[in-house]
Amino acid sequence: MMIKIEDLHATIDGKEVLKGINLEIPAGEIHAIMGPNGSGKSTLSYVISGKDGYEITKGRILFDGQDISEMEPEERAAAGLFLAFQYPVEIPGVANTTFLKTALNAVRVARGEEELDAISFLKLQKQKAAELGVNMDMLKRGVNVGFSGGEKKRNEVLQLTMLAPKFAVLDETDSGLDIDALKIVSQGVNSLRDAERSFLVITHYQRLLDYIKPDVVHVLAHGKIQKTGGPELALELEEQGYAVFEEKNGEAA
Amino acid sequence: MADQKTVQQVKDLGSTYDAGFVTDIETELAPKGLNEDIIRFISEKKKEPEWLLEQRLKAFKYWKTMADPKWAQLDIPDFDYQDIHYYAAPKMQDAPKSLDEVDPKLLETYEKLGIPLKEQEILAGVAVDAVFDSVSVATTFRENLKEAGVIFCSISEAVHDYPELIKKYLGSVVPMTDNKHACLNAAVFTDGTFVYIPEGVRCPMELSTYFRINEAKTGQFERTLIVAEKGSYVSYLEGCTAPMRDENQLHAAVVELIAMEDAEIKYSTVQNWYPGDENGVGGIYNFVTKRGICKGARSKISWTQVETGSAITWKYPSCVLQGDDSVGEFYSVAITNNYQQADTGTKMIHLGKNTSSRIIAKGISAGKSNSTYRGLVRMSPKAENARNYTQCDSLLIGDECGAHTVPYIENKNFSAQVEHEATTSRIGEDQLFYCRQRGLSEEEAVALIVNGFCREVMQHLPMEFAVEAQKLVGISLEGSVG
Repeated sequence: MMIKIEDLHATIDGKEVLKGINLEIPAGEIHAIMGPNGSGKSTLSYVISGKDGYEITKGRILFDGQDISEMEPEERAAAGLFLAFQYPVEIPGVANTTFLKTALNAVRVARGEEELDAISFLKLQKQKAAELGVNMDMLKRGVNVGFSGGEKKRNEVLQLTMLAPKFAVLDETDSGLDIDALKIVSQGVNSLRDAERSFLVITHYQRLLDYIKPDVVHVLAHGKIQKTGGPELALELEEQGYAVFEEKNGEAA
Repeated sequence: MADQKTVQQVKDLGSTYDAGFVTDIETELAPKGLNEDIIRFISEKKKEPEWLLEQRLKAFKYWKTMADPKWAQLDIPDFDYQDIHYYAAPKMQDAPKSLDEVDPKLLETYEKLGIPLKEQEILAGVAVDAVFDSVSVATTFRENLKEAGVIFCSISEAVHDYPELIKKYLGSVVPMTDNKHACLNAAVFTDGTFVYIPEGVRCPMELSTYFRINEAKTGQFERTLIVAEKGSYVSYLEGCTAPMRDENQLHAAVVELIAMEDAEIKYSTVQNWYPGDENGVGGIYNFVTKRGICKGARSKISWTQVETGSAITWKYPSCVLQGDDSVGEFYSVAITNNYQQADTGTKMIHLGKNTSSRIIAKGISAGKSNSTYRGLVRMSPKAENARNYTQCDSLLIGDECGAHTVPYIENKNFSAQVEHEATTSRIGEDQLFYCRQRGLSEEEAVALIVNGFCREVMQHLPMEFAVEAQKLVGISLEGSVG
């Protein structure tokens, strides 16, 4: 099992946002999590990746059989966990390409691999960037500085394809993308798809799942998985909306 | 949460200052204290001419009447000037004539600091003057430079070998009456570097001085003088370190630059004096007066400084823009951590027509430290069409530090333009998390973000120094976040 989340409860600022999540993603599968705003989708991505301020009060997260609940974010990254951010962060003055190289080599060193030399790195970057329509100018500019919404998302997927993690969480990677960019980004993700690698795709809309075909779809509302099904569940939700889950729980969203 | 962790990590900050060792070497010391006899002792040690001794005594007399400058935003404990040695020199038979005669312990010291003095081992293209406590112990590449007509030697030697130049220029930019620290230096300065670039010569290599304080209970009072004649160019670098000690040591230097018509002087500093420990015990008091004059038309003086060390920094490298169309620049990174204090900036004094100046100052404060940018831009009545652009950015790490910006603008000419921009920001939790999610440790993330913040300044450092300076940024901020 690539990822196994057991009865996960988590709080932020003392407020419980995740209220007992159970989730299993086998190696090679793509799972989608859909849900209304405020249901805890982004919180789940932060708790999985270990952001400060998110406290696990109960339960645990197993990654490749190892409990990562107490690990630092960089240790999880080194173990092969990647989060494509919903809102990628700007780092002025740090060239995008420098950031990529630093990140790639940090992860390689942590895994006991050798650092990539400048030439091999540039070659790899050139190839991956071209596939995603990321131009030289974007690589030279400060990390995400002055990038459009779509450029930021493409940049996230560029990092994803360069770092080639075992498990990636995509947090609303489709938001802010037009249809052409959506196709390019989806191709990038699909190119990584193999029997050893798993994805958790968080999205609001069914649209993304036309391009990145999930094996399993979960509905998250009120901090819990409310329903699990095949790809057809996404279509169902697209038709009916999330209202049914709002009522079912009988709580204010 | 994060703040508690910050406090803990700052506490855990061990000895990350790797220049903190002491060289065990026999030293000749002047008796403790400051009086006329001590000044005579120093002058005699240097076998100085009478006029210089007279000048020292005059400065000392004046110093006794001066008050400490109090205007900086610094909390400076009272300093007992009688409790330190004003002269400390490693014991040598005679002044070494070549590197082979230099005490191996000294060579070892500099090697340990990453400054090998053996010419075949050093980076090609950088000549070094090594100042150890009160004396210059070695100066490399002198012969090669001489062929180009460039004089590069210790100031003590210059007093003997080039008395006319020294008489003419020493104290001409920073008079002894300038401020109390500069006046003390004029009375007790021991060594430093003299550089002279003749007309039309582009100095064939980078020149540098490496200042090292070694002996306890001493101060270092060095003096640097650079004269660039008409149409010449020189790039000069200085670096500084000191052992880790519980006592505070005084470093009061004076640097004077003179640029004639069409001459350019580029002066870079990487200041890494011992900053004190995590509780604010020990560290160097760095009270330095640096000033350059653009005497001739179209001359240019550019200061670049990376200030990471010292318990207290009081330093304002300045430019007097006398020649028409002359240019002054100041690029600064000042990093304070733990209990360090820095009050640093520049003065751009526009006298000539069409003079222009540019100030880019980046302050980074962490721990319980305080950092102030203080800068003066003065447009005199004759400074027709003068221009200044100032940009001050402060970055805060944690919530117990302070950053302050104090710009003074005096404009007495209607055609002059002065622009000032300032920002203050906090290193973002989101930025840190983003980097860490990509596999960088927290400290690597801080170093990366801060280096990005400083990039505009760092790119003005000569290549040889830029890499070192970038590493230093990371080291000096170790343990600053949680």
